[in-house]
Amino acid sequence: MTDIADHQQAPRRIPDRLQGPGARLLKSWELLLFLVAVAIFTANSFASPYFLNAWNLSDATFNFTEKAMIAFAMALLIIAGEIDLSVASIIALCSTAMGAAVQYGAGTPELVLIGLVTGLACGAFNAVLVTKMGLPSIVVTIGTMSLFRGISYIVLGDGAYRGYPAEFAYFGQGYVFWVISFEFVLFALLAVLYYVLLHRTNFGRMVYAIGNNATAASFSGIRVARVKFILFLLTGLMSGIAAICLTSRLGSTRPSIAFGWELEVVTMVVLGGVSILGGSGSIPGVVIAAFVMGLVTFGLGLLNVPGIVMSIFIGLLLIGVIALPRLWAMWRH
Amino acid sequence: MTSFLRSREAILAAAILALLVLISSRFPAFVEPGNLARVFTDTSPLILLALGQTVVILTRCIDLSVAANLALTGMVCAMLNAAYPGVPVAVILILALGMGAVMGMINGLMVWKLKIPPIVVTLGTMTIYRGLIFVLSGGAWVNAHEMSAAFTGFPRVDILGLPVLAWIAILVTGLFFLGIARTPLGRAFYAVGGNPHAAVYTGIDVGRTQFMAFTISGMLAGLTGYLWVARYSVAYVDIAGGFELEVVAACVIGGISIAGGAGTILGTLLGALFLGIVKNALPVVDISPFWQLAISGTAIIVAVAFNSRSGRSKGRIILKRAEGHA
Repeated sequence: MTDIADHQQAPRRIPDRLQGPGARLLKSWELLLFLVAVAIFTANSFASPYFLNAWNLSDATFNFTEKAMIAFAMALLIIAGEIDLSVASIIALCSTAMGAAVQYGAGTPELVLIGLVTGLACGAFNAVLVTKMGLPSIVVTIGTMSLFRGISYIVLGDGAYRGYPAEFAYFGQGYVFWVISFEFVLFALLAVLYYVLLHRTNFGRMVYAIGNNATAASFSGIRVARVKFILFLLTGLMSGIAAICLTSRLGSTRPSIAFGWELEVVTMVVLGGVSILGGSGSIPGVVIAAFVMGLVTFGLGLLNVPGIVMSIFIGLLLIGVIALPRLWAMWRH
Repeated sequence: MTSFLRSREAILAAAILALLVLISSRFPAFVEPGNLARVFTDTSPLILLALGQTVVILTRCIDLSVAANLALTGMVCAMLNAAYPGVPVAVILILALGMGAVMGMINGLMVWKLKIPPIVVTLGTMTIYRGLIFVLSGGAWVNAHEMSAAFTGFPRVDILGLPVLAWIAILVTGLFFLGIARTPLGRAFYAVGGNPHAAVYTGIDVGRTQFMAFTISGMLAGLTGYLWVARYSVAYVDIAGGFELEVVAACVIGGISIAGGAGTILGTLLGALFLGIVKNALPVVDISPFWQLAISGTAIIVAVAFNSRSGRSKGRIILKRAEGHA
């Protein structure tokens, strides 16, 4: 009986929700994640008296806004079946380029332009290697990850760039209204933009189609290589934007800037319910995952838990949220 | 023989030789046997980890947790030695192998039984293992004066002109040469990576084979953990930070296809040696060590571009169908 039901159900599955036996659970992934976020929020407010404070909460958003900006573009890239591990190194290179420009007296508009263009250039470099030469993105971006940060190290060595103009500080330290920071507004704006792009446009449908079956997508008239090229460009651009925010917030550039962020960004995306195998995921999921990660690190920080111990929680969270539905599915069968 | 001359191993060997000739033209001291032995010894940890990573990548998986595994095992060995200096090295070696293997098994079980993509599993365990070092040590260092002479001396014991560390790398490489060609498991690694469907029809358990690959990788990471800590006579949270990428790089440069099922032990060995020689040569030829990262990045890109040309139709990426359809 159950067999027949399964067979009848199979053709009705929507391609971007196709997730094997865990499909039903995964459909409510965002809800599950949201409940986790609420639970962490509640636990935090009980655990520390300093948690429920507008300024503290505002500070907490800086834990994830920059990473989340990259995570949006990364989500699209992973849904399309590719990955970019070089994002943190792109930040380093963008920041180095901006720092170098400061030494030649560049003003804030030039700095922003340099940051964005460097990010785009790095994205284009990855894109050419992956889409034009047909190389696997995971290896290419492990290579460019070393290369981009390597260039920063060649330029800076153990030195640092400082002396950013005063107005430049606004991107990472400015507030639009009361406790609402510029970064948070930018994060929210980009979340909406990426939501529309992925869930409400043809382009978004193409991304899903490519991730589910690139060959079929190609035969349906989708220019697979071009879509992927654009996605790598977007990821580079977002890394450039994140670099502007982070550099502005720190006020200095070292080659080790944003070290290890690529893994946190990927964690955020996967935690947000995006399948690492491509083809499924949503922007709301990534947004909630960003909040979850931000709340966990901030809450534990208030409890004086060292950063490296927090990473255990993040690691457990990453494996746990993926393993539990599968264990549950196994246990039911 | 002619097919060997056209293989990527031969080209890589030629590149290494050219590199050595180039360096020796200006700095002949670099290619003296004594110095080459030092370079080899220095590269031994990379060789050991890259060999383990090779079998993992052959089965279409990836193990990003090796460096964290190395560091955690190293810290446990160091703390054990600091607390009980009397524990013989043999026991510590067994402990290191066992601990590493268990951590590898944890990765392998999640890939095998829960079908979680390997990159997600090892990304998670990487941060967990690394974090556990801090929990165990409280962030404190174990320094040289807290370790016993036998503990730190073991990797440096000289046998026929080479330290034990180098001999272990040679021994393990030899075992891999034999094991990969002459045992059913060795052939299964290729079968699983080459075509998981076909592997299932020939009676190979894909998940179990991947589990074995992770166990081997973990075991070698554990062993290297002790050797690393003993050789440098210090253990702290961040040792071998980022080393996992150097390990993957060695494999990729050595021609191990990230799509699985293609590559040789000789290739991995040469890939690791290439990186080791570059790393050791930079200070000699008076280039800032800050160039190393960019050079290895370029080497990875060149190598993967080159591999894809010599071995077309191996283009499936590891992320897509990493766990097969078994």
